[in-house]
Formats: sequence, C-alpha cells, structure tokens
Amino acid sequence: MSDPSAHRVLKHMADLDYSVVQQCMHCGMCLPSCPTYLETRRERNSPRGRISLMRAIADGELEVTREFAEEMYYCLGCLACTTACPAGVDYPKLFEHARAEVEAADVLFTPGRRFWRWLTLRQLFAKPWMLRAVGRLLWIYQASGVCGLVRKSGLLRLLPKNLRNLEPTTPTVRRHFSDDLIDKVESPTTRRYRVGMLTGCVQDLVFSDVNRDTVEVLLENGCEVVTPRSQGCCGSLHAHNGDLEQAAVQARRLIDQFDLASLDAIITNAAGCGSHLKHFSNLLAGDPAYADRAREWDRKARDISQWLVEIGFRKPEGIADTARLTTYHEACHLCHGQGISKQPREILKAIPGLELVELENATHCCGSAGVYNITQPEQAGKLQREKAACIAKTGATLVATANPGCHLQIQNAVGESTVVKHPVSLLAAAYRAGKGASS
Amino acid sequence: MTPVTKAAPVATLSSSTIARLRELAGAENVLTEREDLIPYGFDGTAALKHGAACVVMPRTSEVVAAVVRFAVSQGIPVVTRGSGTGLSGGSVPVEGGIVLTLVHLHRILEVDPANLTLLAEAGVITKAIDDAALPHGLFYPPDPGSMKISTIGGNVANNSGGLRGLKYGVTRDYVMGMEVVLPDGSVAWLGSKCVKDVAGYSMKDLFVGSEGTLGIITKVLLKLVPRPKARRTLLASFDSMEAAARSVSRIIERQIIPCTLEFLDRRTCECVEDYAKVGLPTSAAAVVLMETDGHPAVVEEEAAAMESIARECGAISVEKAADEAHAVRLATARRSAFSALARIRPTTILEDVTVPRSHLAEIVAFVEEVAARHRLQIATFGHFGDGNVHPTILTDETDHEEMERVHLALEEIFSKTIELGGTITGEHGVGLAKKPFLAGQFDQASYTLMKQVKQALDPQGLLNPGKIFDLDAPTA
Repeated sequence: MSDPSAHRVLKHMADLDYSVVQQCMHCGMCLPSCPTYLETRRERNSPRGRISLMRAIADGELEVTREFAEEMYYCLGCLACTTACPAGVDYPKLFEHARAEVEAADVLFTPGRRFWRWLTLRQLFAKPWMLRAVGRLLWIYQASGVCGLVRKSGLLRLLPKNLRNLEPTTPTVRRHFSDDLIDKVESPTTRRYRVGMLTGCVQDLVFSDVNRDTVEVLLENGCEVVTPRSQGCCGSLHAHNGDLEQAAVQARRLIDQFDLASLDAIITNAAGCGSHLKHFSNLLAGDPAYADRAREWDRKARDISQWLVEIGFRKPEGIADTARLTTYHEACHLCHGQGISKQPREILKAIPGLELVELENATHCCGSAGVYNITQPEQAGKLQREKAACIAKTGATLVATANPGCHLQIQNAVGESTVVKHPVSLLAAAYRAGKGASS
Repeated sequence: MTPVTKAAPVATLSSSTIARLRELAGAENVLTEREDLIPYGFDGTAALKHGAACVVMPRTSEVVAAVVRFAVSQGIPVVTRGSGTGLSGGSVPVEGGIVLTLVHLHRILEVDPANLTLLAEAGVITKAIDDAALPHGLFYPPDPGSMKISTIGGNVANNSGGLRGLKYGVTRDYVMGMEVVLPDGSVAWLGSKCVKDVAGYSMKDLFVGSEGTLGIITKVLLKLVPRPKARRTLLASFDSMEAAARSVSRIIERQIIPCTLEFLDRRTCECVEDYAKVGLPTSAAAVVLMETDGHPAVVEEEAAAMESIARECGAISVEKAADEAHAVRLATARRSAFSALARIRPTTILEDVTVPRSHLAEIVAFVEEVAARHRLQIATFGHFGDGNVHPTILTDETDHEEMERVHLALEEIFSKTIELGGTITGEHGVGLAKKPFLAGQFDQASYTLMKQVKQALDPQGLLNPGKIFDLDAPTA
C-alpha cells in the first residue's frame, strides 16, 4: 500500500463521523441474528461487541491490535445484524472502515498474506484482462482432463492445506465469458427502457450463462441492454477486505464505462456486488470529479429482481423447464444488504408449474460470505452444513439463489441430485418454453 | 440518572487468581484479553460502562458455586450477567471483578405437562421457554421487549414485565422455584412444584427482582398456563393522547382485561414504522395496540367491545390485524420501540415510571410539559393498561449542557411519579440508573429493611456491588 493512501486510511476509525459508532445503543437485539455470536456466545463475537471495540479505538482506549484484527475477520459481514437492528446502525460502513484500519495498521502481516492480498486484490481482481486470462487457463485445465489427472496423481498434496481442501470446490469456469454471449447493445422489439448491464467478475467467468439469461429477460421486458466490454470487478471484494483505496479505483473505472445519462438503470444480478455498488456515492464522496456521477449511479443501480418487479415484468406463459420442487435461499447481501426479499419470490411464483416451498432460516448465511470460506473454513463449513440440512428438510431438489458465492457454496453442499439456479435463469427458461409452445 | 461513567482502567486480577479461575471453570471459559473484556463493560443501558477484570462463562451450576466460593474467599466482586440486555445498568461491573455470564447454562431440563411446569437453567433464552411450552399446548406469557435474546435468569433477577402484563402479570407470577448459589458458595433450592406451599418464608420471592445482589440464580422452575385458543389484535389511532388514555380507562372500567393495551406516541410510531414497516399510522397523536386472547367466543366479544369503546372515545380509525402473522409483526414492532427511537439522537435514555392506572393521563401530560419546559425531545410509549410508561429522552451524552437539563427533567418526572403513588421503575429494575432516586420512594424503615437483608446474606457486599443502593459503611 502506498504511503499517502495508508496515511489516509490510518485515520479511518477516528475519521468516521462519531455518530455512526454512537448510533449503536447496545440494546442487544442483534445478538440472536449473528452466526458467530450464536456459535461462541461471546460478546466480542457479536455485532454490538465488535462495535464497542471500534468505539474503543475511536475513543483512543484501544489500539488496533492483532486480536481486534482477527475479530474483524471472524465477522462474516453477512449483515444479518443490519436487518435486526431497530436503531438503524450502518454496520456495513463500520465494518469496512474497521477492516481498512486493520490493513493500514498491518497487524496481521505475514509475507504470505501480503503476497495473496497483492495478487488477488491488486492484480487479479484489479485487472480484467488478467482475471480473464487466468479464467481461460483454468478452463483449459478443467476441460482438458488435466484436472482429473492432477487429482489422481496426488500432486495436490504439494499445495498448502488450505488450498488443497479448497481445490475440489473450485468453480467450473465456463467456456464462453459474457462478452462472447452478449452483444454490446441488444435491442428488444419494442423499447420501453434502456439499461446498463453489469457482467461482474466471478459471475463473468463462472456464471456467464446467468448474465445471458439476465439479458434475455430484460429484452423480453422491453429493455434495451447496453453491456460495455471487458468490465472489471466493482470493488466489492476490495471494500469488504479493507482495501477502500482500490475499491474507489474500481468504482471510478466502472462508472467511466457507462454513459449514465442515457440509461434508466444499471442492472446487477449478483447480490454481493449490488449491496456494494449501490453506495458508490459514499466511497467517492470526497472526489469532486466523481461525486455527482456516483450519486446518479446509486440512484440508478438495481438488482435484476428489484428492477423486474418495479417495471411490472411480463408473466411467462411457458411452464418451468423442470418440475422440481423449488426452494429459495436468500443471499445475505440481497436480503440484509439491499432489503430485497419479496421480489425474487414474486418472480419464482410467476413461473407456471414451479412449486415454491419456503426454506427454514432462509435468511441465514450459508457460509460463503465472499472469501470467508477460504479464510475461515471451519465456521464457513458449519454454516454450510446447517444450510444443507434445512434444504434437505424441504424436500426441494432445486434451490434458487441470486449470488455466485452462495450458488457455489450451496451446490458444493447439496450434491449433484439437487440443482442450484439463479431465479432469473428460471424465468428466462420459462420465457423460452413459452415461445416454444406458441410457435 | 448517574452521570456518564468513562471506562476506568481495568483492575487486574493477579495471575494466580486467574490461574485458579481457569482450573475451576476450564481455561476456555475464562476471558482476560482486553478485546474480550471491553464488550462486557455495558448492558442495554445508555451512557453506563465500566471494565471488568475477567469474564467467566461457567457451564454448570457447580462451577458457578465453586467460582463464587473462591471469589468470596479472595474478596473479589462477582457481577452476574445473562445476555446483557438490562435497562438499568444492573450488570455493569462498576467495581471491576469477575463478570459471571451464564449464557452457557442453556438447557431446558424438563417440561412437566402433568403439573404445568418447566425447569430450565438460568441462561435459557426467554423465547425458547415459550417455544418449548408450545408443543404441549402450553404458554409462558411474560414477554419482555428483548425476549428473543434475554435470559430467563436475567428476567427472574429483574422481575421483568412485558406486553402481556395487564392480563398475565409479570415474571414473578410464574416463578415456582429456583436453585440459587448463595454468597458463601452454598447451593439452595427454594420453592416447589406445589400450587400451594407455605412451608417457611417464601424465600424464592426474595430473590425475584434481587438483581444479582443476594445470590446467583442458576435454575428456575416456571409455571405454564394453557395456550389461548384465539387472539385478536386491534390498532386504534387517536388525535390526542387524552382520547387514547380515556378509551383505555373505559375498557378497564367495563371490566375487560385484554392481554395487551400498548400505546405509542407519534414520534415513536414514526421511528418504529421507519424500521419495521408494518403499517403503523404516523400521523396520529397516539396509537393504541390492543390484544385480547382466550376462548374464541370471548375474544370476538371483547374485540368488538374494545372497538366500539375506542370509537366512542373518538378514535380516528380502528384496524384489525389481518391474520396471526400480522398480529405477531405488530407486537414485534412494538417491542422494538426503544431501540428504534435511537434513530433520532445519539443517546437514548429510557425511563420506566409506573403509576396507578387512574393517574395515567396525568403522568403522560406531565412528561410532555416537562419536555417543553426543559427544551428536550421526549418520546413516550408503554403499557397503558399497566400504568407503566416509558418516557424516552432523545439526547446526546456528549452535550453536557443538554445532559444537565436531562437530569433536571428526570428528577421532576420521578418526583411527580412518587407524588402520584407510583414507582420509579415498573419493570427494568433499579441497578445503577435509578439508584439515586430509590430512597425517595421509601420510608426509612422499609429502605433500612432492604439493606439489612442485603447485609445478612452478603456481609462482604461482593455480589453485584454498587447496585440498587449503597451500603452505609464498608462491612468487609
């Protein structure tokens, strides 16, 4: 991290408007919503406990210690506490600034950690071409059969344990990325709206089909879709991991790719991105060149399900392509981060023949939580097993969810007999089936 | 109101003391890191905090007893804590020492449908008690605002109330027995499953509401009642607080005892609606949430009668909850009132004064007058049916001039309450926050009696020191 930026970040906790920490009146209503508190029942592992530590730092009663840093990374950032909080505490803001403070203080330093952070945050997820190149290599590795050979050969034993455990859960990269599947501008027969489409980073590599389905659904509903080429990460990954500087760089880059004035909305289909990129104006508030555009961006940013319900999406005539009993897992950053719960269900219920059964604890985190399943595999695994058990109880063999992280986490938990789909993919399939029936 | 207390440096316990505690409770159950202690320096009360020297999380009542025996032998204070949602600073470790948190004592030991009782460890969550009663067709009525996280031990130690107090009473009315660790470390069982039991003093009642100053409650035997078959929830809006109060008085005069008669003023409605979005009217001066439960026929009759009384008294509108789920959402929204009010100003000071029901309108009007005179923002909500109101002062603890006015306003509200034959706390307890006002409510003999009881049980004054009242002279 360069010196001037580090200097600015160092003051993050102290700079935060004190009223943000003061907003927490420590009533404890957040405790039963917090997965880590429920695991340990220790106050420091709870939202109000973490906020009290942040406040202690802001008050100068505590330094940024290693214990504090570990606590900030034990938090999933699932934001269930935000939904539970009657006092309206802006936990996402506190959490991002606290992690930025931790990184600025560098209390978790190890050469390995610094290398991995540099590689992921400052290289892979900062440079779209590099991510795609790595994605391409990964596809070749997986599609060529080398992957299977490597697994059999035992070569994986050479990897560090953390990575070795993760290798079997590596997502399967798609042969075609979004730019191959989506034209720069696609127009419907009758145009009602013009929207910008975000292709994301993980979504682009692993779920480019969901991006294609999103575009089709938009076209079916009279939206002209503009999809700038070679988009990068929106910076959500950076902001959630204490790199607010790079998050701001990513945000500016993304804003530059869209002609905001000509668009009615900016559409995202990944919950984790949406909950971050609806707040670019906070991130860029101090940047006179971008502050206005960031505000316009925030006004226009929409999750796909939110947008579809807002414009009154057309109900499909076609029957769902699978007659599977379906349940819906709420991605944390959709329900807690964006307050979007009803819209995805409305979409699912509009699909003829789709039977929706409610999932117990649907709003509980599945343990994916960005990179949490890599950094905290034990706690992530517990939450994943709990989620799988709830899904099993429903008897559903199709799980709808609207975030790539949850998608992979749940797919890895439920096995091959159960399918995981984005709600928009199910809607796209129903539109297609409707066309097939009428033609 | 005690002035803002800054966290003082944590009085450290010697390493041999910590080592002994680790032996007694298991190393993983003894917390000493600064980052672990800071979050145990406060509860749900605004502007009160003080650091603990150590947190012990016992997993059995035997360990509780062993820790108490050891602490008392060393002269170390012990502050018992459940989930730390208290509203009077009762679990703030003002004299440092050990915070004994009982959240790991969370087993429900028995549901006895033949005797309609339930035996639980002290750390069981209040709502889990009612959830365990449900499959047996039984009901545990006390429902404090924090019931989703508060512990039953904390409820008993503070004699918590809730929204259903009017018909069902408070926590005390459901306590049939308990296991208590006494200040000398001995373990006593008090009470029984018998509906009638007059053998000796009713010692269990001494510990209900004792706020952790007389002993540490580790198990509780609770009474359950048959679950009501039907429930009706109404929401009436009024253009004046007087009209709302009048309709509540008239409902009670007509000898209808619904389970809930809650009111919220406009400011509270705005905040709650902002958070919960359940369709509370935000333009009315007062909203009354009424709920009747019991036999379906009676419920229908009472709901109809309450509706017509509200209309007679000038209600602008009376709405019925659409279904059970909506009724639950309304009650849940009401429970969030205190926290939701924190949206307005940085510091939210919640009071708990209670008057005989006939003086309700008077105290509510007085609070409004005090707020205007001292230029303070006060939102009021509470349990109209119980005469229990929660004037909530929305302020900023860092503004010393305003805090002076807060203090004056509180003194006036407390004096008026006592003048009307009321009590300074209906359900939150005295703790630290109301300690300075307690003496004003009692005659000398009864105040002295309380201190004598404390001195008899805990001569060293080590259990939750500094709470309820100060002892006259150090007795250690």
